[in-house]
Amino acid sequence: MSYFIDRRSNARNKSAVNRQRFIRRYRSHIKRAVEDAVNRRSITDMERGEEVSIPTRDISEPVFQHGQGGKRRVINPGNKEFVEGDRMRRPSGGGGGGGSGEGQASNQGEGEDDFAFTLSREEFLEFVFDGLELPHLERKQIADMEEVRPVRAGIARDGTPARINIVRSMRSAQARRIAMRSPIKRALKEAVEALEQEERKDPVLRNKVRISELKAEIERLEARLKAVPFLDTYDLRYNHLINQPMPSNKAVMFCVMDVSGSMTQAHKDIGKRFFLLLYLFLERNYEKVELVFIRHHTAAKEVDEEEFFYSRETGGTIVSSALTLLDEVIESRYPAGEWNLYVAQASDGDNWDDDSTNCRELMIKKLMPRLQYYAYVEITPHAHQALWEEYERVEAEFPERFAMQQIVEAGDIYPVFRELFKRRISA
Amino acid sequence: MSHGLDGGLDDRMSKRIDSRLEDTQPASGSDWTFELLEHFESEIARIAAQYKLDIYPNQIEVITSEQMMDAYASIGMPVGYHHWSFGKQFLSVEQAYRRGQMGLAYELVINSDPCIAYLMEENTLMMQILVMAHACYGHNSFFKGNYLFRTWTDASAIIDYLVFARKYVSECEERHGVDAVEQLLDACHALQNYGVDRYKRPSAISPEEEVQRQQEREAYLQAQVNALWTTIPQAGEEDEVIDEVNDPLGLHRRGRYPPEPQENLLYFIEKNAPLLEPWQRELVRIVRKLAQYFYPQRQTQVMNEGWACFWHYTIMNQLYDEGLIGEGVILEFLQSHTSVVQQPGFDHPHYNGINPYALGFAMFTDIKRICEHPDDEDREWFPDIAGSDWLETVHFAMRNFKDESFIQQFLSPKVIRDLKLFSLVDDDSDEHLVIDAIHDSRGYKRIREALCVQYALSHREPNIQVWAANIRGDRSLTLRHVQDDRRPLARSVYPVMRYLHQLWGFPVHLESMENDEVARRYQWPLPEDANPG
Repeated sequence: MSYFIDRRSNARNKSAVNRQRFIRRYRSHIKRAVEDAVNRRSITDMERGEEVSIPTRDISEPVFQHGQGGKRRVINPGNKEFVEGDRMRRPSGGGGGGGSGEGQASNQGEGEDDFAFTLSREEFLEFVFDGLELPHLERKQIADMEEVRPVRAGIARDGTPARINIVRSMRSAQARRIAMRSPIKRALKEAVEALEQEERKDPVLRNKVRISELKAEIERLEARLKAVPFLDTYDLRYNHLINQPMPSNKAVMFCVMDVSGSMTQAHKDIGKRFFLLLYLFLERNYEKVELVFIRHHTAAKEVDEEEFFYSRETGGTIVSSALTLLDEVIESRYPAGEWNLYVAQASDGDNWDDDSTNCRELMIKKLMPRLQYYAYVEITPHAHQALWEEYERVEAEFPERFAMQQIVEAGDIYPVFRELFKRRISA
Repeated sequence: MSHGLDGGLDDRMSKRIDSRLEDTQPASGSDWTFELLEHFESEIARIAAQYKLDIYPNQIEVITSEQMMDAYASIGMPVGYHHWSFGKQFLSVEQAYRRGQMGLAYELVINSDPCIAYLMEENTLMMQILVMAHACYGHNSFFKGNYLFRTWTDASAIIDYLVFARKYVSECEERHGVDAVEQLLDACHALQNYGVDRYKRPSAISPEEEVQRQQEREAYLQAQVNALWTTIPQAGEEDEVIDEVNDPLGLHRRGRYPPEPQENLLYFIEKNAPLLEPWQRELVRIVRKLAQYFYPQRQTQVMNEGWACFWHYTIMNQLYDEGLIGEGVILEFLQSHTSVVQQPGFDHPHYNGINPYALGFAMFTDIKRICEHPDDEDREWFPDIAGSDWLETVHFAMRNFKDESFIQQFLSPKVIRDLKLFSLVDDDSDEHLVIDAIHDSRGYKRIREALCVQYALSHREPNIQVWAANIRGDRSLTLRHVQDDRRPLARSVYPVMRYLHQLWGFPVHLESMENDEVARRYQWPLPEDANPG
């Protein structure tokens, strides 16, 4: 009458479709939660899921229900001291009338917890990029810093003892032994057979000279056989290493941002998204990515992430201060031969009048030759100023490695990011 | 309730240390194997047969906890159509489970033939035995025996129907888009409790018939609907009352349509909504059919759980008495059993209404007691069952009642006393709450009455029926809500009316009736100046 079925190996994501349906339906809620999370989280902390709450009333499934009021009679268990006819004040805040024996959620909606659930990491990133795919940029499309590394390149006949390839050496030794011993063995076998033949003859007919000749021959052959060495220097094989230039897999990303009074928190949030995108991109391409945050107004300072995004400064703007500091940091900590250097700069385009030419000088002479890539985003709806014009000249000089774009609102970030990197692909 | 457990336990514990444990139960710990499951399943089957439990064949599926979450989210249905609300269900189960706020229910059983029950991989051997006794023999025999299930559901066809429904819904999604289907299903779900026939047996659902006739039905239905609505003279824009002077032929005085109020809103919509496409009518039908399938479950919670608990308790104890399970297992069982049938008092922080497991188990246990050891009170209250054969009597109770009538018939003074039930009246015309009955001789009957009413679906859900469809005028639909004890409708009435309007396609009205007078009117679309709530 009964039978067992082991279903444990069956698919376990039967609800995946329904889950997706739910997420699709509450896209706008989830998106808001994800945006909050992006602003709250550190750049390096984007690769995990997020708990999202949605107000219960927004996702309720309404049905006809009884509301408060009217007369209701409820049976409750656990009477302690009540007797028939007891009257008591109604407890404030409703509460009466619950407990229909069903354990149903109260229908009054208010006061219930929000509906909370967890987005997976993939879902989270998808919302971060608002459904767009992450850029699939190939690593080879970026001019990487090269680093020389020894690489195996087959087998050589000479080398240092430490690199002896034992298997290959023994194999060739065995081949050599077979090759060298088999003719001797064959001659030996013939000699032995001839001797036996001679000895089987009638003693009268034996050729004594022949026998002694054969015995000498056998002795000689056995000696030769023994002389074949087990391992010869000729057999030795060595692993061959050659030095090959390899792309370095260390990268450092400099985030440079203007924090002068003209940069609002909204500007900074946009900047943060942009830095985030670049970080996620680099992280997929390099084993190790370090972040350096440099903020500047009239003076530049290296800070931690928290301070970078959230402290406010006032005052004017001298961009070259940041570039000078950038140069110093590279000089002292990230020698260009070892690190792939990326710079992302966000600014509203303001700069001290005379400073922009300095910036160009610094860029062209000192920075650009060492950098892998320099991406500049100007977050402003207004007309460009001197800095933009000077940077355009830098771009003309280094079209492969310098890119700049204007961002007006958050929605522009992703297309701009793509634009910045597309150029690299065609290059 | 608990005395039965304790007494029995002490008794047995002192008597023996089970030496046969090692022989009959090679994995005496908590690990299970398929051999052990089969062994115990056959033992349970033997015991169940002694007690005349008649069951559908069991299909017992071993699944992982993730699969259990899936099963949970789809109300246990092995196949279901896709809808975001199941995703919501899944997410909340998942979240609660991950946080450790809830253990997964250790059993899930589906009213189908064969009866599908799930065993979770993580369960201990004791749990697996308990679940088999509870679900595969308790619930299963209830599904097969209870009159509501026999009358209203078709266990042999449900799985195939679900497959049909899923396929049909996904075809509709392909043809008409996911959003269109989702919106329609949202609207239907809002009304699904009003998609059941309460008094007449629905026609059997047969998957072959569904597939074969589905297209014919589309055409036929549409023709019917068209016929109904062609009587309308040019969809009535003029809304003014047409009096006898202007209507000498009495065209507008032919009586209401439908002539009798209709309780099954979804059925009425499926057959009569003027603008629904044939595929939309079919989806309404699917939701309606599934609501009908779940209708008996909503009315037999106390009985169904009580019956299953009663039998798992009886079977587990017999397994122990026969030496098939050892002390460790029976102790683990009792711990689990008592927590399931526990009833916290009304003032307890975990109080969440009356626990149907506790009430049902107490009632079935007490029926057995009344039969076996009746006292004078029982002879007075239950003259026809006191001293009768207990097995016959519990089977009779299981077969022929639903929660409300079961309580009406069998709630004994002893159970009322054990649970210390009392009745609280909350009347908004009285500034005080009144205790109107407690567990004493004057209160038993009143408590029994009140509890019976409390479990009546007709009391739990507002009584709303289709009153009139204006087929000669503006095509509006009017529903009537008959107030019960002056209880008004909750504010959710507005979103539900909106859904109803989506289905009907023309204005919908709802009249709340109190003593044959309209106490309150709702409508959708809202009048310009109205503010809902």
